[in-house]
Amino acid sequence: MAVISRGFGSRRRGSNPDLPPGQYLTTDFPVLSAGPTPEIDRAEWQFVIRDETGTRHEWSWDAMMALPVEDVHTDIHCVTRWSKLGTTWRGVALDTLFAEVETSYDYAMIHSYGGYTTNVPLADLLDGQAWIAFEFDGEPLVPEHGGPARLLLPHLYFWKSAKWVRGIVMHSDDDPGFWEQNGYHTYGDPWKEQRYGDS
Amino acid sequence: MSAWLTATVVAAEMAIPDGRLLTLDVPGWDGSLPGQHLDLRLTAEDGYQAVRSYSMASYGPAGHVQLAVDRLPDGEVSPYLVEELMPGDQFEVKGPIGRYFVWRTMQSEPVQLVAGGSGVVPLMAMIRAHDDSESAAPFRMLYSVRSPEHAYYAGELATRVGERFRLDWVYTGRTPNGWPRPPGRIDREIVEELIIAPGERPTVYVCGATGFVEAVASLLVELGHDPLRIKTERYGGA
Ligand SMILES: Cc1cc2nc3c(=O)[nH]c(=O)nc-3n(C[C@H](O)[C@H](O)[C@H](O)COP(=O)(O)OP(=O)(O)OC[C@H]3O[C@@H](n4cnc5c(N)ncnc54)[C@H](O)[C@@H]3O)c2cc1C
Repeated sequence: MAVISRGFGSRRRGSNPDLPPGQYLTTDFPVLSAGPTPEIDRAEWQFVIRDETGTRHEWSWDAMMALPVEDVHTDIHCVTRWSKLGTTWRGVALDTLFAEVETSYDYAMIHSYGGYTTNVPLADLLDGQAWIAFEFDGEPLVPEHGGPARLLLPHLYFWKSAKWVRGIVMHSDDDPGFWEQNGYHTYGDPWKEQRYGDS
Repeated sequence: MSAWLTATVVAAEMAIPDGRLLTLDVPGWDGSLPGQHLDLRLTAEDGYQAVRSYSMASYGPAGHVQLAVDRLPDGEVSPYLVEELMPGDQFEVKGPIGRYFVWRTMQSEPVQLVAGGSGVVPLMAMIRAHDDSESAAPFRMLYSVRSPEHAYYAGELATRVGERFRLDWVYTGRTPNGWPRPPGRIDREIVEELIIAPGERPTVYVCGATGFVEAVASLLVELGHDPLRIKTERYGGA
């Protein structure tokens, strides 16, 4: 039984069944990053998937834009406890990119410009669950929020939706990425409140 | 990860016009590294709960946990913590959290801290840990506050200044009398003058509201600091 805090609760926000446990609704779009925001030139931008044979599947910005683009309407949930409902994005589904990748490895390490990484099981990137997103709310994605392109993986806490994404390396094991080594949960399901790892 | 622990307020004092220091007794607390934060959970009589994160000014194996909380006028949790909570009141905490925005005594490189308002809290833990240790690493902090009255830990910071720790102030709203610089935000010139030069390869820790951290971190990168040596903690807000 939780301890009661005397007199707390007068300024509470309305509860909302669309919110995972421990989340509160925000209308802003707060920022979570571990370091400064990198500036990345679209002309030099590149996205690479590397499989276990070392084969590199590469897309330039123009090649990415030439792929089928999907509209995504989704809720997003940040580990720092804000959630934003009904956000609108545009991007290329990871299914489209992985269509030409042969791999028997089950885990993906997502890499970003700036050196950050996060780990995700491959199954979570497929079947219409993940996109390389480059538009938010009808506008090109700004650098603070991960532009020119970020991973969009809305069924997991939002740190998994790596900003400034540049590629994926396939792994045989679920090795922890940058955030996961620094205290966050290895999987990060908001509905199970998997915020923090064992420390 | 550890479970929720019961925290009892030992002391609660206004430290600035709209913020206060909380000292907590937390039986079972395992201690924390300088720079870490905790999750704080409040429960109302009817079971309603709210959780927010707060950095700790305390560090080390055990003892009381110290927080400093700013009151946000439209906030749900912070006005309760700043205006209503009294010694003897209880809530729950979980942590410590975060293993990235921390300073460890074995780090030997120069350290530059940049604080905006209550962003000084985790940096205070680093300053205390550094001062209490034998570390020869030079420490320097640039502390941005609205006015002299809005500085947390002003007295303690003054006593810790010395050969290993240098402190510089930026006032955004009102300066002390006779201050050489008019009030204003941290800009390029201030960074060039008051922050350890990139050539000395400092690790830079920047903490405060999100807008403050974004502005300072991008100035640092523009002026040649290695992005991988800039660690940031964003509290939220615009
Ligand atoms: C890792 C971490 C450490 C933190 N440490 C501290 C600390 O040591 N001291 C402290 O006072 N706060 C700290 N915070 C902020 C704290 O968690 C709460 O967000 C803050 O107290 C506001 O909570 P609230 O319930 O009063 O406001 P809410 O009801 O959650 O928000 C009210 C409004 O204020 C905005 N807002 C939220 N945070 C800020 C902010 N920091 N500045 C300006 N506007 C904001 C929100 O977007 C919203 O519009 C920390 C946050 C994080 C993520």
